[in-house]
Amino acid sequence: MTALAKVAHTLEYPKAGPSVVPAVVGNRLRERSMTVTVENLVKEFGQTAALHGVSLEIAGGELIALLGPSGSGKTTLLRLIAGLDFPTSGRVLFGNEDASSKSVQERNVGFVFQNYALFRHMTVFENLAFGLRVRPRATRPSETSIRERVMSLLDLVQLSGLEKRFPGQLSGGQRQRVAFARALAIEPRVLLLDEPFGALDAKVRKDLRRWLREIHDRTGHTTVFVTHDQEEALELADRVVVMSQGKIEQVGSADDIYDRPATPFVFDFIGDSSALPVTVDNGRVRLDDRVIAIDANGEPNGPATLFFRPNHIRLSGEGEEGGSIVGVVSGSRRIGDARRLELEVGARHRFEIDVPAEADLPRKAQVAIRPTNWRLYPGQKVA
Amino acid sequence: MSDYALAAPRVRPRSPVTEARPVRVVLITVSLLFIGLFLLFPVAVVFVEAFRGGIGAYFASLADPDAMAAIKLTLLVAAIAVPANLVFGVAAAWAIAKFKFRGKTFLITLIDLPFSVSPVISGLIYVILFGSQGYLGPWLKEHGLQIVFAVPGIVLATIFVTFPFVARELIPLMEEQGTQDEEAALSLGAGGFQTFLRVTLPNVKWGLMYGVLLCNARAMGEFGAVSVVSGHIRGLTNTMPLHIEILYNDYQWAAAFAVASVLALLALVTLIIKTALEWRFGHELANGPR
Repeated sequence: MTALAKVAHTLEYPKAGPSVVPAVVGNRLRERSMTVTVENLVKEFGQTAALHGVSLEIAGGELIALLGPSGSGKTTLLRLIAGLDFPTSGRVLFGNEDASSKSVQERNVGFVFQNYALFRHMTVFENLAFGLRVRPRATRPSETSIRERVMSLLDLVQLSGLEKRFPGQLSGGQRQRVAFARALAIEPRVLLLDEPFGALDAKVRKDLRRWLREIHDRTGHTTVFVTHDQEEALELADRVVVMSQGKIEQVGSADDIYDRPATPFVFDFIGDSSALPVTVDNGRVRLDDRVIAIDANGEPNGPATLFFRPNHIRLSGEGEEGGSIVGVVSGSRRIGDARRLELEVGARHRFEIDVPAEADLPRKAQVAIRPTNWRLYPGQKVA
Repeated sequence: MSDYALAAPRVRPRSPVTEARPVRVVLITVSLLFIGLFLLFPVAVVFVEAFRGGIGAYFASLADPDAMAAIKLTLLVAAIAVPANLVFGVAAAWAIAKFKFRGKTFLITLIDLPFSVSPVISGLIYVILFGSQGYLGPWLKEHGLQIVFAVPGIVLATIFVTFPFVARELIPLMEEQGTQDEEAALSLGAGGFQTFLRVTLPNVKWGLMYGVLLCNARAMGEFGAVSVVSGHIRGLTNTMPLHIEILYNDYQWAAAFAVASVLALLALVTLIIKTALEWRFGHELANGPR
């Protein structure tokens, strides 16, 4: 029994549809969780469009990350789901019910703001009780049950004993957990978190990340969080939604996103990558005038971009130079266990590879490599 | 032992932002002298002059019916003007800081108008509008309504002159705080008015208090605008500042200073209330930002 489950739920939740969440599901709390469907959402602020027709299905109980650089529209999407903004066109569905025209109060979502937005003139206890105390008399719990619920939430977020403090007297990590508990207090149908760990230092971030995963597995709320930190998204979420310039680039598990990036943007944005402009010619790949040993069967002819990760290469052996990418070392720096070399091809293209730290490859040395894992995307990005 | 202690150089750790002793002494002396000369001395003179004729004469001049009427009128005007501006100021600041609409900059400029216009002109506006020769004068006369040279005119002029205090104090504060707290309250299910009462208002209560105190001080002390619309009818339309001037012009020094001392006392009480509130609720101020 979780602390939350002790509190009687007054709302009947419609059953969620079939879940696309992998194995983690199994907690019976999740059956009650709300699916969220976003259909063709367009949001324009004046002349500029922040979202260009975004569609997404979120299964009940799923933990989803919206990942992207600033300006990619991820926070806009989150606010549209919450009802803090309204779309220019498109729909938001909670379960089977169209929530598009409902106010934020009616949607009953738990929203955690980037800077927490704690009420600074209220104690921690009053902050948590707020959502219950503002209910109309008919649905407002008694002071005793409010107290009980607040205390069990404080226990859940490991802040028992701090209920009389003001937000100004708490550390960043503690404030974050108060904001989280305050959002949970209203028994939300969906939890929405805007850069939940954005304002915290690295160590606290990591601790809270694990903590959020645990709480999510215990309470089973459908949860959407926004982040620009790929490590956070890939580690924490069941599925990651990668966004760029108001569009969804890819939706998938951490493995999908990292191993099978759908677009050059995703390859470039997630992890380290090297890109080289190449030409595809009947299944053969040419870098400048040199044919390299990469099989481009099925790729359309014409300009393309070859992407590979710096560590997904091997140094070519004797006699293999023919189909290799040959570059001249122009720089080197130490990264963790490896040494990252910057190579130049014909002084026009640059790319990076990882070699063992003890490798002796000075500047101007010529290096021949072959990517072991790579992807070809049609079209050439502007270097 | 003492020799050794004397011989050792005394290194006193000093904060890098502080200054050498002479500089500090000069700065503190200058500010104290300035405050003494321009603030404390005049206030002291008011009280000394007020009691020059003895305590009996002091209370006699206050008990004078005209003086009593002036004191009552001043309190009445403040009691109407301050709450009115409290409501207007909060509404205007709320609209400007939390909503986006056309003509917002224009509204901000308008709010500043009473500060940039001479109080005498503010008074004249009302005479031109409501006076017997004014635009609305004949109509008002027909309906038996007297605004100029009566209490309503004084109240209107005072409200006009003191309008910016509350709004001006609140707008930057509310703008700085943004709308995130309100969004949080709404997402937790609170209605618009609940959000205002429980979140917006408490967040600005200190700014609101300063605004109200400043507004109150000005409402009681306003001279120019009120002078134009009051008509100086003794015992009827004279506020304390006007009454003081009349007494002074009549060479009734002691009486003038007696009434002035009451006005100064009201200002001091305002200050004391402010300090007491700060002292009582200081811990909430210290909790400051989120």
